[in-house]
Amino acid sequence: MQQIINFVIRNKTFLLFLLLFGVSLALTIQSHSYHKSKFINSANFFTGGVYKQVNNIGQYFDLKSENQKLLEENNRLKSILFNRETDTLKSFYADSTMYSKRFKLTPAVVYKNSYSATNNYLTINKGKKDGIQQDFGVITSKGIIGIIDNTSNSYARVQSILNTNSRINAQLKKTSHIGSLRWDTKSPELAQLKDVSKFAPVAEGDTIVTGGQSTIFPKGIPIGTVNDFVLDIGGDTYTINVKLFNDMTNVGHVYIIEHLDREEIETLQNPVNE
Amino acid sequence: MNNSAVNTTLLFITVLLVQVLVCNHINFLGYINPYVYILFIMLFPIRTNRTVIIILGFLLGLCVDFFSDSGGVHAAAAVTIAYIRPVLLKFSFGMIYEHQSIKFSNTELGNRLIYISLFTVIHHFVLFSLEVFNISKIILILQKTLFSSIFTIILCFMSTILFSKKRR
Repeated sequence: MQQIINFVIRNKTFLLFLLLFGVSLALTIQSHSYHKSKFINSANFFTGGVYKQVNNIGQYFDLKSENQKLLEENNRLKSILFNRETDTLKSFYADSTMYSKRFKLTPAVVYKNSYSATNNYLTINKGKKDGIQQDFGVITSKGIIGIIDNTSNSYARVQSILNTNSRINAQLKKTSHIGSLRWDTKSPELAQLKDVSKFAPVAEGDTIVTGGQSTIFPKGIPIGTVNDFVLDIGGDTYTINVKLFNDMTNVGHVYIIEHLDREEIETLQNPVNE
Repeated sequence: MNNSAVNTTLLFITVLLVQVLVCNHINFLGYINPYVYILFIMLFPIRTNRTVIIILGFLLGLCVDFFSDSGGVHAAAAVTIAYIRPVLLKFSFGMIYEHQSIKFSNTELGNRLIYISLFTVIHHFVLFSLEVFNISKIILILQKTLFSSIFTIILCFMSTILFSKKRR
């Protein structure tokens, strides 16, 4: 016993080092699996608060470009509205209660964004108290951003599409051939659409949209255009480089999408009494 | 609280905020960021207890991790360099370190540069190995280590010159 204690005392620096290194290694490994990084994330009270203060100052600098984006989106929505063939007047007074509602949108402000690491996350200013939960989708007016993976009371962390853990169901706009959208860490402008069937008529410049097979995003949200594509070594599937519509390095305001029928669909897909 | 504890706390907070609010958002050429928070561990007074340095290094790394959503990579890298610090000190400053009489402000510039460079390269290598976490992407790891190290070394060296106390 005496010897063990002596050993510990003699090597206490090394043991301390091993302990702390082990702890940080465990945290690192944990952060590589989705939904498990509960502890270390910037959506907590303290870091969220600091980022909020800084954002309060910083947001004035990109007001101009944010206004421009809003204007473009308004322009697009207005042109859809005015070019409808049906009774225009009626659609002006369209109330959300008139439709059966499947998606609920919440606007949010991005407090922190990163795109240079291999696993990138965003921090936004909406959290549990605004009804935000895990697995809600996040988009901008131009295209998708990512999926909520952690929430605190008033902040949430978004797993960006620029994250090696991210898998998003996507498809070609014109033919509905599906694939899974991932990121190979090379460029923040390009994401990779994998496992697209070789029968798909892919051409450069084609639009890629979300597939609507997951319960996170509605079908048809724009992602990007085909930059180039190669047949995989196996010869059965394409890997497509997708040039994202969103400039992921400059994200200011986002919308959070809640799929209101999600639970129903999920219980249908995974019956309990199997 | 004595004076040095207050100083250390203030320095800790300053270095942390500079890192997460300024240096994490530089993204020079798309992905190159300096990690200047290691200055805190680098320039910690030499005669302090090693345990204290390791614990403080871990805490600082963990705080940076919290802000940059990176799991525990900064904590692991910071603990590593805090642990091997005496070896690096002995290697770069030689005999003066043995006598426990050096202060960073009156060491030779060359020695100091060697010390900072070694320190930075080791830290960045551990950091990026854990961040990429894929041995088949060793080229990417080395490339990131090299470019970020250059940036960090320049910034650290400049700030040690700028903020060092005047020699009488």
